[in-house]
Amino acid sequence: MKLDSLYQEVILDHYKHPQNKGLSEDFTAQVSHVNISCGDEITLNIRLTGDLISALRWDGQGCSISQASVSMLTDLLTGKTLEEAAVIVKSFSDLMASKGTSPGDPSILEDAVVFAGVSKFPGRVKCALLGWMAFKDVAIQAQGKK
Amino acid sequence: MSLTALAMREDFPIFLRTVAEGKKLVYLDNGATSQKPLCVIESESNFYKLHNAAVHRGAHQLAQEATEAYESARAIVADFLTAPGGADEIIFTKSATESLNLLAYTMGNAPSGNRFALSVGDRIVVSEMEHHANLIPWQQLCARTGAELVWFGLTPEGRLDLSSIDDLISTRTKIVAITHQSNVLGTINPLDAIVDRAHKVGAVVVLDACQSVPHMAIDVTALDVDFLVFSGHKALGPTGIGILWGRMHLLDELPPFLFGGSMIENVTMTSATWAAVPAKFEAGVPNMAQAVGLGTALQYLSGIGMDNVHHHEIALTSYLLNELSRVPDIRIVGPTNTQSRGGTISFTIKDIHPHDVGQYLDSQGVVVRTGHHCAWPLARSLKAPASTRASLYIYNDEKDCDALVDAILGAQKYFGRL
Repeated sequence: MKLDSLYQEVILDHYKHPQNKGLSEDFTAQVSHVNISCGDEITLNIRLTGDLISALRWDGQGCSISQASVSMLTDLLTGKTLEEAAVIVKSFSDLMASKGTSPGDPSILEDAVVFAGVSKFPGRVKCALLGWMAFKDVAIQAQGKK
Repeated sequence: MSLTALAMREDFPIFLRTVAEGKKLVYLDNGATSQKPLCVIESESNFYKLHNAAVHRGAHQLAQEATEAYESARAIVADFLTAPGGADEIIFTKSATESLNLLAYTMGNAPSGNRFALSVGDRIVVSEMEHHANLIPWQQLCARTGAELVWFGLTPEGRLDLSSIDDLISTRTKIVAITHQSNVLGTINPLDAIVDRAHKVGAVVVLDACQSVPHMAIDVTALDVDFLVFSGHKALGPTGIGILWGRMHLLDELPPFLFGGSMIENVTMTSATWAAVPAKFEAGVPNMAQAVGLGTALQYLSGIGMDNVHHHEIALTSYLLNELSRVPDIRIVGPTNTQSRGGTISFTIKDIHPHDVGQYLDSQGVVVRTGHHCAWPLARSLKAPASTRASLYIYNDEKDCDALVDAILGAQKYFGRL
């Protein structure tokens, strides 16, 4: 079924067992982003040690796609430098814009390639990108505070 | 006897197609927009094919035919609403949203001395169940004028809490803007007490009837409200056409909204005077084909009979509420019986986000709305930041309700698989 390409088991697993959920008190910057079409909300905070992302914590409410995506993002980007993170974010954004034509690059995106199927559902791309847009924003704000 | 559709599905070309890889289209998103019967599509298209010209301008035959068609549509709307002042009280806008903004902006522009002029100390009353279109224009009007926005809260069942009506609607109140039927809860609001109280203190009542005009007989004289708005596209009509009805003496007192052609009486380089209502509020060449299409849509509805429409939807709502009550882990957001409620049923399913419910339903050909339904304050107050909404209409039947319930059970199985 076409739906299975959207709801990969890894996605549902992250939705049911979200990683790095619960905001930290000790952060460099924090942002809140909302998907205006559905009301999904994500608050994300980052702790930078030099250029290294030493912690990413989040809280939010929303659909399986938006919540699993931010959960996976925090797994993927924690411990990376801002420069490394920017490459991963670019790769994920390109995948979401691919309209189902790209399988995604597992050497960069690791588990997050499971979101390739989301790009076939234009109505859900924004859900998958919500956390990633929040990350871009919080990274810029954190750099400004260095 | 099972409940069959009130309108022939054959009248609606869209039901000839399938969705989700060959599945029957089960269209339950009527609260967002209705489907269009062929007669409406043809009426709109025939205007362009046969009569297209700018209305109220030109002495040629086409302009006369276009004007005749456009003004006939206005008369049909007036009859449909039982407007006491007839067609002149009907103003065509591009949407119900524009109709409400027209009121808020013109009231905001009313000069001091005008009955609508607002200032610090005045009050506008809304409710917590308003669609954003009947909240934000008033909220921002208050911000511009210093007037105070107050609102009716809700009971746990999703009905208006009228217990503080005399405090809320006070001698300071100038405007009460309220929805007739909630686009989320399906609640039909009791208007008698609100209208009585508003008129007693000299306030006007603005009724957002987007979710009621398509679904029940509306008589503005009997309702005794002062203004009413609805959108054409939810009532089988085209998009791009909305209605504002108002009592003639009140429309007379309001200043114009948009300035330009057609809305003037006389113009010099330094001044202008205004045409009579309704032209005063219809600057520019209007959405003519859409107005004509709406006229055809309302005639189609009248042919079925609005009391029949209402009874059909109530019977179907009763059936669907009963079927949904058998779904495990469901919460109906709004009244769970058919007393003073229409065919809009919102719900949440434990552990499955509405967006995911909607996606699964879509894979089964069942079309619903998910999210906050443009009523964010209501969603927050109900502690249901998002919900799934099924909204019924004349072409729906028991089978559609069964398809919805089956698909919800399917979604629970699908997302429960891990």
